[in-house]
Amino acid sequence: MADGISVLRSPLILGNKTATQVTEDVCGLLDRGPGREWWYALAVSATMLTMGVVAVVYQLLTGIGTWGLNNTVGWAFDITNFVFWIGIGHAGTLISAILFLFRQRWRTSVNRSAEAMTIFAVICAGIFPIIHMGRPWLAFWVIPYPNFRGPLWINFRSPLVWDMFAIGTYFTISLVFWFVGLVPDFATLRDRAVSKFRKSVYGFLSLGWDGSNRTWLRYETVYLLLAGLATPLVVSVHTIVSWDFATSVIPGWHTTIFPPYFVAGAVFSGFAMVLTLMIIARRVLHFEEYITLHHIESMSKIIIATGGIVAMAYMTELFVAFYSGNEFERFAFVNRMLGPYGWAYWIMVGCNIVTPQLLWFRRIRRNIALVFVLSILINIGMWFERFVIITISLSRDYLPASWDFYTPSLVEVATLIGSFGLFLTLFLLFIRFLPMIAIGEVKGVLSYGRKKSDDAAPPGTAHTIRVTVGSPGGPQ
Amino acid sequence: MSKRLFIAYFENEEDILGVTRAARESGYDIRDVFSPYAVHGLDKAMGLRPSRLPWICLGFALLGAAAKLWFQIWTSAFDWPVNVGGKPMASIPAFVPVTFEISVLFAGLGTVAAFFLISRLRPGKKPAIRLDRATNDRYVLILVENDAGFDASAAAALCKEFRCVHFEERLEDEQ
Repeated sequence: MADGISVLRSPLILGNKTATQVTEDVCGLLDRGPGREWWYALAVSATMLTMGVVAVVYQLLTGIGTWGLNNTVGWAFDITNFVFWIGIGHAGTLISAILFLFRQRWRTSVNRSAEAMTIFAVICAGIFPIIHMGRPWLAFWVIPYPNFRGPLWINFRSPLVWDMFAIGTYFTISLVFWFVGLVPDFATLRDRAVSKFRKSVYGFLSLGWDGSNRTWLRYETVYLLLAGLATPLVVSVHTIVSWDFATSVIPGWHTTIFPPYFVAGAVFSGFAMVLTLMIIARRVLHFEEYITLHHIESMSKIIIATGGIVAMAYMTELFVAFYSGNEFERFAFVNRMLGPYGWAYWIMVGCNIVTPQLLWFRRIRRNIALVFVLSILINIGMWFERFVIITISLSRDYLPASWDFYTPSLVEVATLIGSFGLFLTLFLLFIRFLPMIAIGEVKGVLSYGRKKSDDAAPPGTAHTIRVTVGSPGGPQ
Repeated sequence: MSKRLFIAYFENEEDILGVTRAARESGYDIRDVFSPYAVHGLDKAMGLRPSRLPWICLGFALLGAAAKLWFQIWTSAFDWPVNVGGKPMASIPAFVPVTFEISVLFAGLGTVAAFFLISRLRPGKKPAIRLDRATNDRYVLILVENDAGFDASAAAALCKEFRCVHFEERLEDEQ
């Protein structure tokens, strides 16, 4: 096997897999059903989800007075969670679109599950602004439709309206992108399905895909176009989220650095979440040969890069606060570091600036347990970043008389836990019912880093049964 | 009159590329090539022209942008003008973000819809041709035996040169 491997490029998929093995490895998981760990995980996540549902129902029946908000701090836990979840989603689009445009072929092992994460994270994010409305049954009022109130239209100059359009578009395009990528894999599942039920379900979803290269050519074109569309889209989404803050006049919010700062932070946190989930999934589902150390290292490197941008943004914010000579801006940052919420600021700095620096070391990047711990720390740090920006800035603005302190209520904490429950439940259902690895795309990179062999298939593999029905050759 | 099809199965990416190129050069009528993944270079080997979907994408993007920009100006400046912070009624810069989002939305949905339409993919459709393991690990070349001069044994010999593992002839109706 050693001489079948290129010196310059190491294979992306280990174990010298053939196409059939890939099909069996990925689809076999769906046949066998999940192991015991899956059921444990589902029990935990469903419990968390139930807690969230109870909390949301309670706060809808009672009103959002059940939250810890006060006159001064009108945005806190819920908007923090909203920005956090939207950010988690961004890694999925980065992997599926931006790394595709940069021809990073290692993305094929992780793109399907990262895209799924995007969709689930956007669902979680969307819940928070809707329940924040207080009367979510009127949520459709944010959509411009001919109504009996005039018709009075929505204000298209408001960043909150932009946000609704950005997130709506992001969700729709991510879902379509994901589905288009799934179609060839549904066809693979259909063709190997034994039970009639599976055949019909996968047959329905596969849209009659047959692997024709006329279709593949168009498919590749569509994939490229969607990647080209999703790339500016993902940048626009978090840019617009940051405008929710940057267009207001609160010290600590009103800065032009917000869009790039938020986008980098989103990718940073998203990759941490991808790492967290992939490290568990590869172990529990035995995908070590597909999601290799190389993948974990590559994602760690992206974390270093985006973490660097985030650190740079923190420093720039501080510098500008002091250099601007603006008293309120200066106070906002001193208050962040030394005020009553100072601990949150230092958790943020510790997790987001210090933690990623450890990933510079190859030995740490290749230590899966350590990377797992670091990825969780980054997730925590990025949640606190949003908390620091949103809550601390609001709690002490221009007028000391209106300063106030915010403490989350149990209902809010339960809602946050519930959103994690929703995310994990959806993800667990995804790995149970859909191919978690993009079968068609992985087959395309099997030969990567391997010497082109003259043999039809690597010898000694049991699956190369040559079924010869016709008479090969005919008259010769 | 149903056509006869010559169907050859291969196990290797290089072989399908080679045989497709050779078949085209020898003047065979290639109906299609089937593969479990997008084999790069196969479009050139088959002599397919690049897809025109990018133009459809551009068209939808422009349509979405124009429609949304018009809608925002119409609602904000004509149908029910509201003075917001003393800004002009048709404050175009503030309309850019939503215009961009809708443009992307139209382009994405339009392109995918066009792709499904052109490739005749729709929910519940049965595959047009039944091929063994073409979505798993086999590459399949289908030639049309379009005239009396088609020599199946010559085609078979060509395919065997590229390590064809199996071939068969079918009437098009059988599918």
